[in-house]
Amino acid sequence: MVAELDFEKPLIELRRKIIELKEFMKTAEVDLSAEIEKLEARLAKLENDIYSNLTPWDRVQIARHPQRPTTLDYITRLFTHFLECHGDRCFGDDEAIVGGIAKYDGLPVTVIGHQRGKDTKENIRRNFGMPHPEGYRKALRLMKQAEKFQRPIICFIDTKGAYPGKAAEERGQSEAIARNLFEMSGLTVPIVCIVIGEGGSGGALALGVGNHIHMLENSTYSVISPEGAAAILWKDAALAQRAAETMKITAHDLKELGVIDEIIPEVRGGAHRDVDQQAAEIDKVLKRSLQQLLKLDGETLVQQRYEKFKQIGQFTFSHDDLRVR
Amino acid sequence: MWKDIFIKKKKYASIPSQQVRYEVPEGIMTKCPKCKKIMYTKELIKNLRVCMSCGYHHTMPSRERIDSLLDEGSFREYDADMISVNPLQFPGYMEKLEEDRRKSNLNEAVVTGEGTLNGYPLVIAVMDSAFRMGSMGSVVGEKITRAIEKARELHVPFLIFTASGGARMQEGVLSLMQMAKTSAALKLFSDEGGLIISVMTHPTTGGVSASFASLGDYNFAEPGALIGFAGRRVIEQTVREELPEDFQTAEFLLKHGQLDAVIHRHDLKETLTTVLDIHQGGGEHGWWQS
Repeated sequence: MVAELDFEKPLIELRRKIIELKEFMKTAEVDLSAEIEKLEARLAKLENDIYSNLTPWDRVQIARHPQRPTTLDYITRLFTHFLECHGDRCFGDDEAIVGGIAKYDGLPVTVIGHQRGKDTKENIRRNFGMPHPEGYRKALRLMKQAEKFQRPIICFIDTKGAYPGKAAEERGQSEAIARNLFEMSGLTVPIVCIVIGEGGSGGALALGVGNHIHMLENSTYSVISPEGAAAILWKDAALAQRAAETMKITAHDLKELGVIDEIIPEVRGGAHRDVDQQAAEIDKVLKRSLQQLLKLDGETLVQQRYEKFKQIGQFTFSHDDLRVR
Repeated sequence: MWKDIFIKKKKYASIPSQQVRYEVPEGIMTKCPKCKKIMYTKELIKNLRVCMSCGYHHTMPSRERIDSLLDEGSFREYDADMISVNPLQFPGYMEKLEEDRRKSNLNEAVVTGEGTLNGYPLVIAVMDSAFRMGSMGSVVGEKITRAIEKARELHVPFLIFTASGGARMQEGVLSLMQMAKTSAALKLFSDEGGLIISVMTHPTTGGVSASFASLGDYNFAEPGALIGFAGRRVIEQTVREELPEDFQTAEFLLKHGQLDAVIHRHDLKETLTTVLDIHQGGGEHGWWQS
């Protein structure tokens, strides 16, 4: 059973009613099929209304859905021969990031992603998908290896952020993230990044310096969580809903701001409703991306990546009209 | 010596504009937040804003920093009139910018340009916490990126002084992306042999510490500077453990292997000169050439 979200409540009501009527029809000798048909039509209309008018806050809820597919869910569906590689060779193995080598429809690739847990036990082991410096250093080690053997890199982004803790600071969380941004921008192999859930700030970006960046329709990517923004800006974390709207964090917003390349459509109601179908949607976009990027040589890839990030941002000059964007 | 050319020539003059003279209205007296001693502001400025009694490093405005390091008249500013827009239509953002422009006499949270330090030509970027807490939005990212590109073009070292609360929230994800942009520019510069020196001053946190501030070939910091990724309060709330008193200070980072050195402001110019000198190959005469 899929856990329902707040905004889906009217649908649950209606679905329950339909089931009740069907049950009743089986036991009692009454023909309610006309009634049921009417309700089903209403359900379809309501579903359409709700799912095609999702607010940013609704999408935040979907992105955080406990059953939302994770990196490993997609790795098992999109790749074969996945061999997970552990450890940063300096300190330890951070299970909040998984990575390794695999084949993508026959093509050798390196695949890396943030990894949340599916239940409390796994979440504790994986630190709720919030990496420590050794996680980022493991990712970088695998990326450098990919470059050595000229394999494309695919990154799945799905984290609330880099872990804010004492040990993380001691071991250089800032440096680990900065180093990844620095080194990723110079890699001579194609990098495709896909935001599959929450893209939380620097902790997400540390796997995000790609030639192409795509986002699932209901994923988010932001400089700070809506709660964090509300707490800092309006001193009230309860205003997260408003912050989600103001901060422009949805896939559509990011496309408009020129940050991402493609929005990957999601299964109606969210990726968790049909993981296989969702993987197939990702497959289409990923294949197209790689086909384009594999044509480019190393130098061009580095240049393309630099140009891509260079153009992000909006400013003007004081002698110009302020309204010019 | 060839570097004398740069001292003699003084081919660049500071761009005269109303904000060049730092006439920030200040009291005649300043109280040291650490030792509570009250002193003449003028004397404090003369002492590079280092407290005469306890050595506390007061915040140093970007223009004073540049004056204290670069050879007189050598500084030429880049992109002085680049200013922010409101890409997210964030309520109240433009007013806040306007207010800070007035209060700080700065157009944005970073001043960039080129000049010479004891004769050594370089490109310099100095962040200023007086403007929006030194936070990085599109303008800060773009100015720093352009400065790095300029250093790359001129084949001179890039020196950056950081002071920032992190990414600027009012520009949302565009601020976040400036981390990648500046880091990518440094990578291209570095791959061509460019020298990067980062000096972290109080405070250097969040997205700035997690990008260019940490990417120097040499990472220095001023004594007592707060440097870290996550805020102390956030960490206390998540880990629920007692944090050491010196947590996230320059000294703490040095102890944990995150910095090359902590340098007193009075020794900074000399140290930077040494680094620049060593990277010039040691001069033109010596036994190693024969």
